[in-house]
Amino acid sequence: MTKVGVVGAGMTLFRRRLQETGKEMCFEATKMALDSAGLTRGDVDMVVCGTAPDAFDGVAMKGEYLLDGSGGYRKPYTRVFTGGGTGVFSTIAGWWHVASGLADVVLVVNEEKMSSCQPHPQSVFANIWDPILDRPLKPNLVWIFAMEMNRYMTVYGVKKEDIARVAVKNKRNAVGHPCAQLADPNITVDDVLNSEVMAWPVQRLDISPPSDGASAVILASEDFIRKRHIKDRAWISGVGWCIDSTMWTDRDLVFPEYVARAAKHAYKMAKIDEPRRQIDFAEPYDPFDYKELHHLEGLLLADKGEAPVLTREGVTERDGKLPVCPSGGLLGVGNPIAATMGMKIGELFWQLTGQAGKRQIPHEVHTGVSQAWGDLMQYGSVVVMKG
Amino acid sequence: MTARISRWPGIELRAADLLEGKITQTRFRPDAKYAWSAGEAMSRFLEELQNGRFIARTCHKCQRILFPPRMFCEECFRPTDEWTFIHDTGTIETFSVSYLDTDAKRITEPILVGVVSLDGASPKMGMMHYFGEMTKEEIRIGMRVKAEWKPPTERRGSVLDIRYFRPLREGER
Repeated sequence: MTKVGVVGAGMTLFRRRLQETGKEMCFEATKMALDSAGLTRGDVDMVVCGTAPDAFDGVAMKGEYLLDGSGGYRKPYTRVFTGGGTGVFSTIAGWWHVASGLADVVLVVNEEKMSSCQPHPQSVFANIWDPILDRPLKPNLVWIFAMEMNRYMTVYGVKKEDIARVAVKNKRNAVGHPCAQLADPNITVDDVLNSEVMAWPVQRLDISPPSDGASAVILASEDFIRKRHIKDRAWISGVGWCIDSTMWTDRDLVFPEYVARAAKHAYKMAKIDEPRRQIDFAEPYDPFDYKELHHLEGLLLADKGEAPVLTREGVTERDGKLPVCPSGGLLGVGNPIAATMGMKIGELFWQLTGQAGKRQIPHEVHTGVSQAWGDLMQYGSVVVMKG
Repeated sequence: MTARISRWPGIELRAADLLEGKITQTRFRPDAKYAWSAGEAMSRFLEELQNGRFIARTCHKCQRILFPPRMFCEECFRPTDEWTFIHDTGTIETFSVSYLDTDAKRITEPILVGVVSLDGASPKMGMMHYFGEMTKEEIRIGMRVKAEWKPPTERRGSVLDIRYFRPLREGER
């Protein structure tokens, strides 16, 4: 297999509403990624576009709609979609284009424009529920998070304060992120615990916001990187993805088994047999604060029920032993579903090449893992990268 | 972000800009309507709800009693074998106290909702539904509950033929 490196990344601001269309946002993020790598569209062999449901943008054939802005015009082009998991999965799809030897340079462009859907994208989210079993109950998407969070809290005896610490950490980490929508240097655990109860145990500040935004990364083969003397690169050393049954009422929600399976696959490829010792930092998917904890356990970076303890002890702070979401994550930077690639793959690249600026982890890091999650609490995608 | 990038693209709009028509925009309301065939397994399931009972499918290979019922076993990847009735009692696996309706609008009287694993099905197999005849202070994971059915004449072959799951009463098991 050809060795694949990330050689550039770009992203737009993440905001509740942006004036730019999806195509315009894609162009901005793509151009930034190309410029930062010193490449042009002419260097790109193939393009992968990642974007979640068509209904957010209100445009069917959304992949085709975003094509021109994504640099895919008259090139081999594919749109991929695995719900929230797209944030990491589209890079995996880009990886196999290069790893297979089919392409030397692949652009991966992710976009989401959630502000177009009126009055709130919640009404579109609700369509992921089973039409016969679930929808007659008029469900709200927050319910699944509330039910999963409650199960997690109850089985392991986790306190809400310890979950709130994740929101505080990530919103504070986001202060150093120039694209952040919800950075807050002064937020406290009490702010989270006193915020509006939406669907208990989920409160307003436990949740990431809907956002508009786009992000892009460029993947290249080892040969290309050497020939073009590209210095800023981070290698993709492992990938994994896995999906569990849509029959979600038949699963114990306390542990994301599908994330663990995806992680084991990625770790095996990356020759990681002791993830807690060999992984220096992590960007797990954090659309809700408890999800970071849930995913750290799924990624085998904490024992079951142990992630809240690590958080309380400061292990997951930017200057801790295992920095988690140094980007600020979805909770701090924003949650334009697929475009969260900017904090997952983008942040790994920026951290591993020493370009993260104010967010740079103060100690040396060599190996990072990113993970995204989606669909009906059933999908996990994992990428391991090395400096 | 990267220390080298100085301009981060994106022009932020305020909600007011949209509402007051201060920005150029275009609007569209799709008129999409759907009618789903319930399929083999779910059709029988919905018919049996009208009879006030839950039905499941068995898989002879993995020995599971599958609920909600399906015509194939996703584990063994073979057709399931037989219909079997299970009980209308079960255990709360998890729940939420929701102050949001389906459109994320705020409501003052919270909805109690969660997952019930049903007695007679394989462990942890169940369905989502509402809970009633209990307060938000009383509801807890592990609570034993029973389906509260609508009267037969009001049943329509829908999960709404069950009003909610309520606590077991004295003498019920």
